[in-house]
Amino acid sequence: MRWTTDSIRRIAGNVIEVQARGVGYGELALVSSPGAAALAQIIRLDGDAVFLQVLGGTAGLSSGDSVRFLERALEAPFTPHLLGRVFDGKGEPRDGGPRLLEATVPVGGPPVNPVRRLKPSRMIRTAIPMIDLFNSLVESQKISIFTVAGEPYLELLARIALQADAEVIVLGGMGLRYDDYLFLRDTLESAGAAARTVAFVHTAADPVVECIAAPDLALAVAERFALAGRRVLVLLTDMTSFCDALKEVAIVMEQVPSNRGYPGDLYSQLAARYEKAVAFEGAGSVTLLSVTTLPGNDITHPVPDNTGYITEGQYYLQNGRIEPFGSLSRLKQHVNAATRADHRTLMDAMIRLYAGYQETLEKRAMGFALSPWDGKLMRYGTLFEARLMDLGVAMTLETALDLGWRILADCFAPAETGIGSELLADFWPREEAGRA
Amino acid sequence: MAPHGAITGVNGSLITVAFAAPVRRYEVAYALRDGLRLKAEVVRIRGDRADLQVFESTAGLRPGDPVEFTGELLSVELGPGLLGRIYDGLQNPLHELAEAGGVFLARGAYRPGLDPDQSWPFTPALRPGAVVEAGDTLGQVPEGRFAHAIMAPFDLAGRHRVCEIVAPGTYTLADTVAVVEGEDGVRRPLRLGFRWPIKRAIRLWRERLPPVEPLITGVRILDSLFPVALGGTFCMPGPFGSGKTVLQQLTSRHALVDIVIIAACGERAGEVVETLRDFPHRPDPQTGRALIERTIIVCNTSSMPIAAREASVYTAVTLGEYYRQMGLQVLLLADSTSRWAQALRERSGRLEEIPGEEAFPAYLESTIAEFYERAGRVRLRNGSIGTVTIGGTVSPAGGSFEEPVTQATLKAVGAFHALSRERSDARRFPAIDPLESWSRYRGIILPERRERVRRLLARAHEIAELMKVVGEEGTSLADFALHLKAEFFDAVFLQQNAYHPVDAATPRARSEAAFGLLQEILETELVPGSREEARDFFVDLRRRVLDWNLLPWSAPACVAGLAEIRARWRSRVEAAARTAPALRRALVETDLDSSCRRARRMRPEAPEDAVHADHADATAGEERAGEAPAADETLEEEPPKPTDEYDALDDR
Ligand SMILES: Nc1ncnc2c1ncn2[C@@H]1O[C@H](COP(=O)(O)OP(=O)(O)OP(=O)(O)O)[C@@H](O)[C@H]1O
Ligand SMILES: [Mg+2]
Repeated sequence: MRWTTDSIRRIAGNVIEVQARGVGYGELALVSSPGAAALAQIIRLDGDAVFLQVLGGTAGLSSGDSVRFLERALEAPFTPHLLGRVFDGKGEPRDGGPRLLEATVPVGGPPVNPVRRLKPSRMIRTAIPMIDLFNSLVESQKISIFTVAGEPYLELLARIALQADAEVIVLGGMGLRYDDYLFLRDTLESAGAAARTVAFVHTAADPVVECIAAPDLALAVAERFALAGRRVLVLLTDMTSFCDALKEVAIVMEQVPSNRGYPGDLYSQLAARYEKAVAFEGAGSVTLLSVTTLPGNDITHPVPDNTGYITEGQYYLQNGRIEPFGSLSRLKQHVNAATRADHRTLMDAMIRLYAGYQETLEKRAMGFALSPWDGKLMRYGTLFEARLMDLGVAMTLETALDLGWRILADCFAPAETGIGSELLADFWPREEAGRA
Repeated sequence: MAPHGAITGVNGSLITVAFAAPVRRYEVAYALRDGLRLKAEVVRIRGDRADLQVFESTAGLRPGDPVEFTGELLSVELGPGLLGRIYDGLQNPLHELAEAGGVFLARGAYRPGLDPDQSWPFTPALRPGAVVEAGDTLGQVPEGRFAHAIMAPFDLAGRHRVCEIVAPGTYTLADTVAVVEGEDGVRRPLRLGFRWPIKRAIRLWRERLPPVEPLITGVRILDSLFPVALGGTFCMPGPFGSGKTVLQQLTSRHALVDIVIIAACGERAGEVVETLRDFPHRPDPQTGRALIERTIIVCNTSSMPIAAREASVYTAVTLGEYYRQMGLQVLLLADSTSRWAQALRERSGRLEEIPGEEAFPAYLESTIAEFYERAGRVRLRNGSIGTVTIGGTVSPAGGSFEEPVTQATLKAVGAFHALSRERSDARRFPAIDPLESWSRYRGIILPERRERVRRLLARAHEIAELMKVVGEEGTSLADFALHLKAEFFDAVFLQQNAYHPVDAATPRARSEAAFGLLQEILETELVPGSREEARDFFVDLRRRVLDWNLLPWSAPACVAGLAEIRARWRSRVEAAARTAPALRRALVETDLDSSCRRARRMRPEAPEDAVHADHADATAGEERAGEAPAADETLEEEPPKPTDEYDALDDR
């Protein structure tokens, strides 16, 4: 039986309270006002009081509107015709195409049994040295781009997406500016990737709460493709908007905030999404690349902080470059032992010396005399930034490694690099050896 | 029939249930819906309503749904067959769940923690007529490399007489292996295993002992400067990406203990998978058998049901206490205790309790303290000594140690390993801050020597800070040299390459040998000719020691290599002494120093670092002696040092 009620007892924020019986936690309802219908989800039951979060927002709702319970949880469309399509944050078509309700999958399904996960082992080559050399991206990784408004993060996202050689791309847009959405769409289209892309886009113009469902829809679809054996790349931007929507709902529900107004379960909410990244035994994989804009460019803000504790690393995009400090790929060690014998050591040595360069910069800023060693570090840092960090640079990992040695040899004597003798013997550029 | 109740409310993982017959706090109950039985635990009782946290997603539950109470507290099964298993937080074996349920963790699917059909060759140790109490050994079965003691159930009340006990043979967990009769005249059948509630500590020992034996982790900075003790507690707070998990993974592989229990609590599933896929192929450093045979994994990863996160740490420590009862040394590694604290916070919020700092419940501190109190070194009733050591990571919000979980944990532990973002950014791994960290335990290096090195490092840090203000030219040559020496010590000793087969774990004797030489270098005052010359010298010395670090300890060249480095250092010092008579020992006069010097006078070539047997229970070191050459043949010449078991506790 479908329960219907025609009186809303309370409307506050995006949450309404009605009286009903026989409805289950998490199920959906349709709130109908004259000429409009909005989807809502049950977020609390107390006796016969039912609290619903209205996905379309509560603006214009009346206490006399009727609520019809659908006896099902949120579902995402899933058919072979999905590719190339664009939906909104509720899963409704945004591109004028048909609604594709013939086959659906529930969102927010159960977690994967850890023993059925595979250890990630395939490197995704991006031709960006700051990624390939220093923080390799790995299939089935979950990783976020930490950045601020104004940085070219969408360009970076698109560039990685196109390099990643994924069979399916799923885009989840949260609070996306429409222009930005068009940019992403056009970039994927011009590279011929649109036909293997499906998008769930909540734009800044849509009701805030709708953006809570967008990542869930995207991930549910991605999981299905992966189970069907595809290598899937999920792009989620911007997860900070998602967190802000969670915050809004929590405040309306009068939950005690834990940190700067965000609910105490922010970590678990984010983890439930990010942990959908997976490599299945005997099937495909989901790789998850998200964007997290840092409010106030503060890395200790609860959103980037919780994200950092969940993802398998982050690319810290500042001033148009991926910074070596703050950036991390936790899965790099799964792949960089098999690339080239010098990869790991060179990576660590170059970052350590770059840290030295940063100290020298501080010294210089204080007006101290620079020692000859500082001079070497200055030269090194400048070369490093221009030839490896610049986002305009594109080269294979092997070229980047060779270039790394060349930069070292240009600046230092072999022992000054802190690299072991064995590797130095094998990789120190020969023509420079005499000079150094 | 089991007493029933009915759901009246659902709020996240919390359900409110109306009940008629009495219910107990922490009692297990099942919410029934669509043929599923969803496990839950009573967390609060008010009038005729009980609040239960459900260990599953509550999706679809509705008011009116029946709830079945079991009367049993949340418990685990104890018995042979725990080792090598991977469990969820409620002790469901994940491999078995996967066989039954496929790729995903289906709701309401549970499996027994121990395989009821597996048979074990049991050898009884008692005869009819013997008298037993809870925890007494009835016999044993072989489990991997251990003789697994089959014990009288821990909740057996009072003394019991053994009426029957089976002959040696093969039995399953379902078989009765003994029948005992209590003073009440009731006869009870005993099996190979039994159940125990996870929130109740197992306290069947004769006495608690101070944790005075070092636990060798293979991590140099820990073993030398911030040691962990068998039966002690330690915590590892650090911002995200600072290396907590990697450090725990290293410890779980290399620590010299009998059994390692890994509690993956609310962290990434991928990290569990690494261990899971890796341990069956990795040799145990002590026995060469597969590491998985001495390991138990309890995991409730971040996307698994939140309510079971809290249970997972208690499940893990209960399994640890069980093996401690057999006189074994158990190490429990929990990653991350903050996620467990967050689960408490979430539940507390839903219960609408008065929130404390950052919305954590007021009982956070006592809950954490109680948990770490379950660690300990104990003398059992049969005289043997068992330990449970607990090490937990903490994930402080915003990376600041001022937050409630870090602060509460600091009060509860005996060693504090602070990981710093500054060090991890600069790839100085393990990123343990040598100035902020501390340990109250006695390790392989005498406390006085540890303190001297720490003070030098602190002084070098001041110099580095000063240099930021006054520049290199503003520091004296001697200070600059100390700065270089500290950097050198950091690079070749405090830092360690987790991904190099040799460098990943350093045996005790090697750490002692290297520390001895490096302490000599740190403490010998050296005024260089010029800054550049000093830098060049240390660049060269660093390369030599780094190369040496990668030589296997068993390689013949290893001992010779260290001697060569020492010779190089001493000739440099002598050269400096010839040019500038500024060379002197800058040591505070202590008994130790004079005794060291006396020792050197007896054997002029004996270096100070040969001070070795600095505590009575050097057993862990002896275990390692076989795998490597003695650090220095002068070791035996050292007069034994008087030790006081208890001064481990006031070294801080
Ligand atoms: N000892 C080490 N040697 C080399 N690299 C290390 C070491 N420790 C950590 N790292 C690097 O730092 C990364 C992050 O480490 P780790 O996952 O242990 O951090 P964490 O403190 O557990 O972070 P989180 O709190 O987010 O779980 C690793 O993936 C590795 O690249
Ligand atoms: Mg970790």
